[in-house]
Amino acid sequence: MSESRELTGWGRTAPTVATTVRSDADGVPELVRRAGPRGLVARGLGRSYGDPAQNAGGSVLLPVPGPVEVDAAAGVVRAAAGTSLHELMVELLPRGLFLPVTPGTRYVSVGGAIACDVHGKSHHVAGSFGQHVVSLELVTADGATHTIGPDREPELFWATVGGMGLTGVITSAVLRTIPVETSSMSVTTTRLPDLDAAMAAMRSTDAGFTYSVAWIDTLARGRSLGRSVLSQGEHATRDELAGRAGRHPLLPPGSPRLAAPPHLPGGLVRRATVRAFNEAWFRKAPRHRSGEIQSVSSFFHPLDGVAAWNRLYGPRGFVQYQCVVPDDAEETMSRIVERISGQGHASFLSVLKRFGSGNPGPLSFPMAGWTLALDLPAHPDLATLLEELDELVVAVGGRVYLAKDARLGAARLREMYPRLDDFLDVRRRVDPARVFQSDLSRRLEL
Amino acid sequence: MINALGQPQTVLLLGGTSDIAQAIVAAWAETCRPHVVLAARPGPRRDEAAALVSALGLPVEVVDFDAERTDEHPGLIDALAAERDIDVAVVAFGLLGDEEQAWQDHEAAVALARVNYVGAVSVGVCLAEVMRRQGHGVVVALSSVAGERVRRSNFVYGSTKAGMDGFYLGLGEALRGSGASVLVVRPGFVRTKMTQGRSPAPLSVTAEQVADAVVKGVARRDDLVWVPTALRGVMSGLRHVPRPLFRRLPL
Repeated sequence: MSESRELTGWGRTAPTVATTVRSDADGVPELVRRAGPRGLVARGLGRSYGDPAQNAGGSVLLPVPGPVEVDAAAGVVRAAAGTSLHELMVELLPRGLFLPVTPGTRYVSVGGAIACDVHGKSHHVAGSFGQHVVSLELVTADGATHTIGPDREPELFWATVGGMGLTGVITSAVLRTIPVETSSMSVTTTRLPDLDAAMAAMRSTDAGFTYSVAWIDTLARGRSLGRSVLSQGEHATRDELAGRAGRHPLLPPGSPRLAAPPHLPGGLVRRATVRAFNEAWFRKAPRHRSGEIQSVSSFFHPLDGVAAWNRLYGPRGFVQYQCVVPDDAEETMSRIVERISGQGHASFLSVLKRFGSGNPGPLSFPMAGWTLALDLPAHPDLATLLEELDELVVAVGGRVYLAKDARLGAARLREMYPRLDDFLDVRRRVDPARVFQSDLSRRLEL
Repeated sequence: MINALGQPQTVLLLGGTSDIAQAIVAAWAETCRPHVVLAARPGPRRDEAAALVSALGLPVEVVDFDAERTDEHPGLIDALAAERDIDVAVVAFGLLGDEEQAWQDHEAAVALARVNYVGAVSVGVCLAEVMRRQGHGVVVALSSVAGERVRRSNFVYGSTKAGMDGFYLGLGEALRGSGASVLVVRPGFVRTKMTQGRSPAPLSVTAEQVADAVVKGVARRDDLVWVPTALRGVMSGLRHVPRPLFRRLPL
């Protein structure tokens, strides 16, 4: 069953047309062997912002949810690659289990989470998603299925973690879970008047929390430059839940109740609206509050409450810029925030987080340091600003995140990922004929 | 690929010696560094154009192309597409000719029709074919307001542009859903070497202004742009002027 479809990433920019195909794990080797000259790439739920899950003129393999097998005794779960983290949590939470890494949305697939090596608020403690993969099944270009993990074909495994789907098709994975007493979070919120205060607070208090992230107002200037609301948390214990919540401590996450309507005009997200929103968000946050009980959804995935929120940016779409700079490059981070606030590009819900160390994946994004993520309405003039930011980031040995990127060039990528050649060596070995291709692989010459 | 901010990696200039084609790559050279394929007839003008692109710091590849040799077009465009994706193709070639000669001299009239219309249709069909295969790509067709309402003073040229404009608008419709698209650009009087020596009409523009409109149009995924934008209003007025009156307008 195949169908020609126009696809974009979550940012809804740069649409291209591919032949979409669906198959469960058994059919994947045949599809890989039959891929045409423009190749094939697996797509998850389309939450990458740019073009990694698009393949103009080629084939795109759509996700098929499969069985989820929980082994509570061993604390692991086996899932088909097309399973969403939402579906996984629906199975895990009632059993008192949780994923050690959850990104800002539950609506990503297991395969996509590995291929992008996603991270979450727990990075400083738990690392990224790939570090909790026990093993995975990968169909390579020759149609063979490999079971790989950190201890089985580690080179291929680590190239696949963060490899943007270019080493093969992940069909299933075994993931480690963590035990939780409740499906609620105990949250500490702190309002911080400027960037220095925010960074200092994260430096001194992050170690005391499993989860930590700051929302940063990138439109504030002058003395308020980089003012932030720091949100830190732990899984709530049964004792912390009072009353009704205590009688049903382990509830699965709900589904979105709202949806952005289709065909919204452009221009809703502009400086004036974002400034008003940021002001309200900052003021509504308490100066300091601890022990607040929140659901998993509102703590980890606030935006999942509104389905298709990406439509708010209108028909031209938006880009997300997420960069990381090393721990000692705080100065660069403040220059980046200064550049953005100076330009007045409207980014709402920008987030700042302090990462722990990176992992062996040559294309894995996280590294010890500071990461900042901005959503910006797509506009040709944005190119200059983002290139200036690239310049600042590269100068201190930082990089941008490929799962978010939609505009980088091949030369910059090489400056940002010093182990790029290690990745390309593995890619040449397992996919010499370049069966796995995507718009991103063509754009970045991967 | 064309990225999220509308920046192409490869630009094919058909009629690469034209001032507008040059201005377009110069505009892109400021924000991205596309690989330029310069297709034109061999000769000193092409060498000069290639040198200008190189001077912008862009990688440039030169290929032989003659708009009138339509039988060579499919092979040429196929070969280029096999080497690398054609993200943007600019159909920039065209003849203006001497208008009074053009309608009285058979050879001159046919040459105008062959280059401006037949040549444009020929490359349009070839580009559509490869871009559908690619699943993406933009054909930029440099039309002219002269084709919007053809007037006595340059009706041979105007009629060829009317034809190519209609063809490319239609091609854009036909390509919907294929990933490929067409941007028709309707400039007014452009002060270039093609129009040198002619007195500029009102609302005349420079090649740089046209280039700017092309760069923005590609980024916005537009299918039709007027340069300057005010021309759209002017032309929709002129379109309805009765012939006896239109005849007397100093156009």
